[in-house]
Amino acid sequence: MAGDILIYVEHEAGRPKRTALEAASQAARMTAEHGGKVLAVALGAGATSTAGQLGKYGVEELYASDDAVFDDYLSAPHADALSNLLEQTRPTSVLFPDTLDGRDIAARVAARHDCGLVSSVVELTPHNQHLDGVETIFGGNYLTTVEVRNSPFSIFLVRPNAFTPEETPRSATLHTIDYRSDEGVARARKGASTAEEGAPTPLEEASIIVSGGRGVGGPEPFETILKQLADSLGGVVGASRAAVDAGWVAYSHQVGQTGRTVKPQLYMAIGISGAVQHRVGMQTADTIVAINRDPDAPIFALADLGVVGDLFKIVPALTDEIKRRKGA
Amino acid sequence: MNIVVCVKQVPDTTAKKELTSDFLLNRADLESVVNPFDEYALEEALRLKEAQGGEVTVLTMGPPSAEETMRKALAMGADRGVLVTDPALAGTDWLGTCRILAAALGRLEYDLVLTGMESTDARSGLVPGGLAELLDVPLLTYAAKLSVSDGKATISRQITGGFQEVVAPLPAVVSIVKGANEPRYPSLKGIMASKRKEIMKLGLAELAVDADAVGMRGSKTPVVAASPRPEKQAGEVIKPETPEEAAVRIADFLQAAKYI
Repeated sequence: MAGDILIYVEHEAGRPKRTALEAASQAARMTAEHGGKVLAVALGAGATSTAGQLGKYGVEELYASDDAVFDDYLSAPHADALSNLLEQTRPTSVLFPDTLDGRDIAARVAARHDCGLVSSVVELTPHNQHLDGVETIFGGNYLTTVEVRNSPFSIFLVRPNAFTPEETPRSATLHTIDYRSDEGVARARKGASTAEEGAPTPLEEASIIVSGGRGVGGPEPFETILKQLADSLGGVVGASRAAVDAGWVAYSHQVGQTGRTVKPQLYMAIGISGAVQHRVGMQTADTIVAINRDPDAPIFALADLGVVGDLFKIVPALTDEIKRRKGA
Repeated sequence: MNIVVCVKQVPDTTAKKELTSDFLLNRADLESVVNPFDEYALEEALRLKEAQGGEVTVLTMGPPSAEETMRKALAMGADRGVLVTDPALAGTDWLGTCRILAAALGRLEYDLVLTGMESTDARSGLVPGGLAELLDVPLLTYAAKLSVSDGKATISRQITGGFQEVVAPLPAVVSIVKGANEPRYPSLKGIMASKRKEIMKLGLAELAVDADAVGMRGSKTPVVAASPRPEKQAGEVIKPETPEEAAVRIADFLQAAKYI
């Protein structure tokens, strides 16, 4: 018996993000086998309308507040509301998405309640009435199993794509949270936001990434042939550090030691030699395809399919071929 | 304005990291450097000091050897250093680290506490949040820009797909993203000056932190098993005659794997 599992839900105006459905599905599988309930908490405008979707993915009890304070301020009101909820519902484990806000809120909650917190979780295993977290460290060079002990709640920051979303015939009971914030909590106030040109899906959440490196030679192919290939596959564009440092593409696209660590289903490395700093950011991808002119490029040692050739000719030909097969 | 920059000593980012038999990072054979992400926080602090006056203190928890990496931060222009070092701290987890840093900050005057966005070894990015909670101050994370006026810090937060302005009253904890600025190299003059700068050393006994909350014993998240990732077997490498042939071969592969 692993006790109740509480999911922290990120949503966009009432639409739960994929990470929430992944976590809910996993929690539903675990509680079905080991007992306990799946609880969820959603905060901010539209939160209460996440109930329908979340119920379909296994959530039994949803605690939600549509209060604008959660949209207007960073982390502190969320941690505060969550703290109250933890005292009230006493789950054994809490799952957060490993995102910017997920990290901030989880860290605050853990510090307040003196909880053990496991990051970069890719697997959860039941153990002595609790869950152990399996995390990847050093860019996936090791998988470590972490036990949470002497902790009122076990907190896990779960990596996107770690779990498979799966529908369960359930419905979620909605409990509206009546949260009243005070000045001590609502301090980091959000102002205007500006969108980056052609803002991509965040790399960490993408299931297909088409990445370009030094071999791409300039900014233009990132916006043309790489983007077109990514679009044909329903993926997003990534980059190696060499391409980012050269100023060809924004840092938010960088995969590797000093960029993002990604675990997509498909990673296409185009004109990327595969330095160790890049490999630690992408080596846990399910499938890796590499295209490179240099037959000795280290990336080929990782690739499930390596293609030696001219990326400028192969990539557009591949995009056409994919479109043809998809009948578009 | 008093700015404290939290700096971590990490293994050289190009080194291959391995675990010891008790599942800690084997730091013994690794060259140590200032966490590259922290250099952006330090640079931001130095620019604020240059524009508005004040003092920049670098705060580190680490082994005695961290003094060397702290000297680099001092050579860049920080005024002084505080190093919390104690054999009892080996194996301290992120929350224990936050408790130590918060206790050390309790002995310092600060308007701003700056950190990097994460460390290149742990990469969890939890310390800013834990620190803000323990200090009971606002938290501004992932700042691509930072400005301070009228007792308030304003950041441009690097979020998914763009930037978000966030404002909070001081004192506050602010984490700075990679690329927010271009960290300076220490000048020769700076290196010479750094040798005379003070590094205050504190042990566990000098901080109001429960010894049971830190070190290996205090860790609430011990690693109980570890396995190196098996070396991946290289797949097929092909050299097609034409781009069209390459496209067909790749498409066949992607289709077989159900990506098309």
